[in-house]
Amino acid sequence: MIQRMLAGALFAGCAAGLLAALLHFAFVQNALLLAEDYESGALVHFQGAQGGDGHSHDHTAPAEPSAEAVDEVAEEEASPLRRNALTVMFFMLTYTGYATILVAGLALAAQMGIAVGAAEGVLWGIAGFVTFQFAPAMGLAPELPGTVAADLGERQVWWWSTVVCTGAGLALLAYGRTLLTALAAGALLAAPHVIGAPELEQFFGTAPPELAATFAARVLGAALVTWAFMGWVAAKLWNGKAAA
Amino acid sequence: MNALNQTAAKSASGLLSIVLVTLIGGAILFAAGHAQSATLHDAAHDMRHATGFPCH
Repeated sequence: MIQRMLAGALFAGCAAGLLAALLHFAFVQNALLLAEDYESGALVHFQGAQGGDGHSHDHTAPAEPSAEAVDEVAEEEASPLRRNALTVMFFMLTYTGYATILVAGLALAAQMGIAVGAAEGVLWGIAGFVTFQFAPAMGLAPELPGTVAADLGERQVWWWSTVVCTGAGLALLAYGRTLLTALAAGALLAAPHVIGAPELEQFFGTAPPELAATFAARVLGAALVTWAFMGWVAAKLWNGKAAA
Repeated sequence: MNALNQTAAKSASGLLSIVLVTLIGGAILFAAGHAQSATLHDAAHDMRHATGFPCH
């Protein structure tokens, strides 16, 4: 059974990872690279608007580039091919991780006598997107390079808690049968956002807000498409193997 | 072992497998998205930004 689950997850995850990488290079990577130019100081936000003021130089002088930014730029210039190959590889790995949990969910549903066909698989995929990306993004929006955020450990704890609460909440909402389960589902879905993600009191981003907004929206859009596809593939495979 | 016991045993081992597979998935996500090793971080950098993982 474990082997069957892992094989299905590996296939669905790799296929979805390839699609995710394709969408990433089509829609997301340019915003990311542009943000690195702002992070490294190669570009400066609002320079044009303040250019007329002789004293503006002090205000718009590029921030000292962080060591990480310099490393990143150096690495990119050294080998964009290597960098992009790693991105494809890690997308496949990440989506294999997502798919593994998705398939475990399909197996759990089967144990409970709930049939999930390919059509429901698409809905499961969308629920996975909400669980792993959309709900966490409501507290911790996808960040461009050059963004400073609250303590990493606290954010990771909030991220995992949000994933667990949202996944459990959606499952209860979809498959619970009583008013009580529906209420519990609502509470689980709302809790992470009522508590709120760790955040700083100030903003430190170097890139223009328009770029950050475009980036976040595209990240989520690309993920939605990828997850819907992965849900369909995973359910299709799961049913094919269950029947065999 | 009668049929009922067999079903119960199968279901328990099924649940165990499900828990195990879920943990494997979580471990993959942690390694790909959250682990702080510098090499891993640099290699996964673009994907981590574009997946919304809190990673630095």
